[in-house]
Amino acid sequence: MRRELIKFALFAAVVLTVPAVVKGGYLLNVLVFVGINTMLAVALNLLLGFAGQISLGQAAFYGLGAYLSGILTATHGWNPWLALFAAAAAVGLLAFAIGFPILKLKGHYLAMATLGFGIIVYIVFNEYVDVTGGPSGFPGIPGLQIGDLRFDSDLKSYYLIWTTALLIMLLAVNLTRSRIGRALRAIHDSEVAARVLGVNARLLKVQVFACSAVISCIAGSLYAHTVTFISPSTFGFHFSVELLTMVIIGGLGSIYGSCLGAALLTLLPEFLRTFQDYDIVVYGLLLIVMTMFMPGGLVQGAATVWRLALRLLPAKGRGDA
Amino acid sequence: MLEVQGVTCVFGGLTALDDVSFTVRAGEITGVIGPNGAGKTTLFNIITGIYARTAGRIVLEGRDISGLPPERLTRLGLVRTFQNIELFGQMTVLENVMVGLHTRSRSGFFACACKLPQHLAEERRIRAQATELLEFVGIPDLADTVASNLPFGKGRLLEIARALAVKPRIMLMDEPAAGLNSRETWQLGELIRKIRDTGVTVVLVEHDMELVMDICDAIVVLNLGRKLAEGTPRQIQENSEVIAAYLGEG
Amino acid sequence: MDFSQQISQYILSGLATGAIYALIGLGFAIIYNSTGIINFAQGEFVMLGGMFGVYFHTVHNFNLAVALLLAILFAAVSGVLFERLAIRPLRRATPLGLVIITIGGSILVRGLAMLVWGKDTHALPTFSGDEPLSLAGATLLPQHMWIFALTVLLIVLSKLFFQFTITGKALRACAVNQRAAGLVGIDVRRMVMFSFLLASGMGALAGIIIAPLTMTSYDVGIMLGLKGFCAAIIGGMSNGLGTVLGGLILGVLEALGAGLISSGYKDAVTFIILLLILFLRPQGLFSRGESERV
Repeated sequence: MRRELIKFALFAAVVLTVPAVVKGGYLLNVLVFVGINTMLAVALNLLLGFAGQISLGQAAFYGLGAYLSGILTATHGWNPWLALFAAAAAVGLLAFAIGFPILKLKGHYLAMATLGFGIIVYIVFNEYVDVTGGPSGFPGIPGLQIGDLRFDSDLKSYYLIWTTALLIMLLAVNLTRSRIGRALRAIHDSEVAARVLGVNARLLKVQVFACSAVISCIAGSLYAHTVTFISPSTFGFHFSVELLTMVIIGGLGSIYGSCLGAALLTLLPEFLRTFQDYDIVVYGLLLIVMTMFMPGGLVQGAATVWRLALRLLPAKGRGDA
Repeated sequence: MLEVQGVTCVFGGLTALDDVSFTVRAGEITGVIGPNGAGKTTLFNIITGIYARTAGRIVLEGRDISGLPPERLTRLGLVRTFQNIELFGQMTVLENVMVGLHTRSRSGFFACACKLPQHLAEERRIRAQATELLEFVGIPDLADTVASNLPFGKGRLLEIARALAVKPRIMLMDEPAAGLNSRETWQLGELIRKIRDTGVTVVLVEHDMELVMDICDAIVVLNLGRKLAEGTPRQIQENSEVIAAYLGEG
Repeated sequence: MDFSQQISQYILSGLATGAIYALIGLGFAIIYNSTGIINFAQGEFVMLGGMFGVYFHTVHNFNLAVALLLAILFAAVSGVLFERLAIRPLRRATPLGLVIITIGGSILVRGLAMLVWGKDTHALPTFSGDEPLSLAGATLLPQHMWIFALTVLLIVLSKLFFQFTITGKALRACAVNQRAAGLVGIDVRRMVMFSFLLASGMGALAGIIIAPLTMTSYDVGIMLGLKGFCAAIIGGMSNGLGTVLGGLILGVLEALGAGLISSGYKDAVTFIILLLILFLRPQGLFSRGESERV
């Protein structure tokens, strides 16, 4: 318990001092998106890594957050914070409602159904032109502010986004180390046994699905207010796969790993120009290779390699003596 | 305590169970035996809501529980173990038992995520209770082992500890001695008696006749989906029909 | 054009696209029945069919018929390679791992297609001209007739194959019980490979015959794949008539939706149907419900 807290405090300290080193510029701007993607990856990891339920519709919840916030504030003049909470509540309810039928499905059927849901939402973003602006996008979303503090620079956005991301990570870590987290992992390992022990597997799966949707939705709202312009292409199938890859790279069930995965997949394309042309090839390869050879993800994989190295080194020392 | 009334189960054209009725008395160990294919495991799966039955009723303490899903049955005090132990392989032994305490704790998503004080207190209580249960079945030293690394016999004990965690009033065990050596089987017999003595009614399906005759207070014999006989171990051993079923056609 | 003519137009063109979905859906069903896997990458082989067709015809100037045969062959071989490299090593993977790997595989195939052929949209020429035909008050292209003819031919051939050849019977045996099939001497691994060959070949044919109407590019696989999956689900994952009917129903509903509601929402219609079927009758429209496990 205490060690967990120290780990988190160290991590938070590093994250919050980054701007002092980076000092603005393009990199800081990219790091803001790392924060947003961290929230999204953590959200998917709760569902995929703990409960073992796949979703290819995460981009839809993200997009719903962004569009609802955009429409409520820019078109209807709502207060951005009010819009954010309203969007989160609405998306939470929606996810809860569709969660019951959708999470009855398993494996590939669940993947197909969530993918279908994601595509329906994507089509609505594109076709409901009067409200969403259609494929050409939705401009003029106001920035967020608290009192007189306007989040109008990269530095301020950085702190806003990362404070939220850290909070979500902390809550997620706590959740996974509680009876709820244990029950979710139990469902993942053997749903029948979990149910026999009185775990209401169906309800829990739906709850964590809704929870994951709400986090994604909040990330979407923050994204909309940060970039002030959104368009459907951000929220397509491609992005759901990108999120899946982030979670797999970081490791199923590792909250810090999700942050690492988000950082890698957000930073690499920005600094390796060629990466952008190959991105889906890389995602595909990563999904296959990681699942086959490093199912615990990079963090756990590195730990295994490290332990192996430690074990080999003294052995070698003895051999020399 | 538990009444099975005229249970029938048909898979496709095959009648796996045909009008089976018997009663389990509270505080006893009841054994369900029969040659392979007699329908024992099917009967368990029907009582515990994993298969759907074609006809008949299951009554627990006067309440009709036919067709209820497993998680509801657990809340009514009925729990089961599996023939091929179903552990949560990626979790530690202690965590496995803590999952069993799920129904005896109630912190929700919010309390857990925010580490509210009542949740922390509950967490301490769960941990202590789980440790006690591991002591009860005799594997307290394995608390931090990952469950998938346990030898089969210890895994069986863990599964029993986990099932006891839900504080059942009746416990159904599907071939608990399967895969155990004779020493482990003897220890298991002692443990089952100990469980009964704490006031839990036990029903077990078992192939190991020595164990069944040794620990059971009552025995039900199934053959080809029908009830063949019912009685004390002594009565069953002397029943000619039972002997015929096992030796003659079996 | 009066209303009834309009309706018959929608129905006829819907039947043509439905035939395509049926072919793709049969691919899903064949693999599902021999391996128990939903091949997430099925749509990518449809895409490969179309793209190989374009490649052999327009880049290498092969005669259209030769190009088509080559395209089907190459796509089918890719399907077998996919099975060898991504599916076979996974016999012991967790169910979740299997889902993720098939998703990864399908993305990878798509990515490679993009690298090789670029992001442009390509068209194949129609098989026999663009002179419209008139049928029951509706106008059809000769290509539609090709689609009907080839689909019917293929379905009849596959029916004969499954009924009367040894390999076909062996495949059906695998579908019923893989272990038992292995015990009576059927080489289950070869059958699995064979089912991938059949499924990707069928998908490729679908991709080729629709390419002249809808164009093709590296990313058409996901939509076509999902629609084929939807057809197979409606048909209860059967190797035969159910899936064909599923495809036709889907095609017609989609065409009616596009014509009467809005063309932009045409794909949404499909996916709403997909979700409804998955939620309400995951065993398909035509099969009687079996005794279900809770």
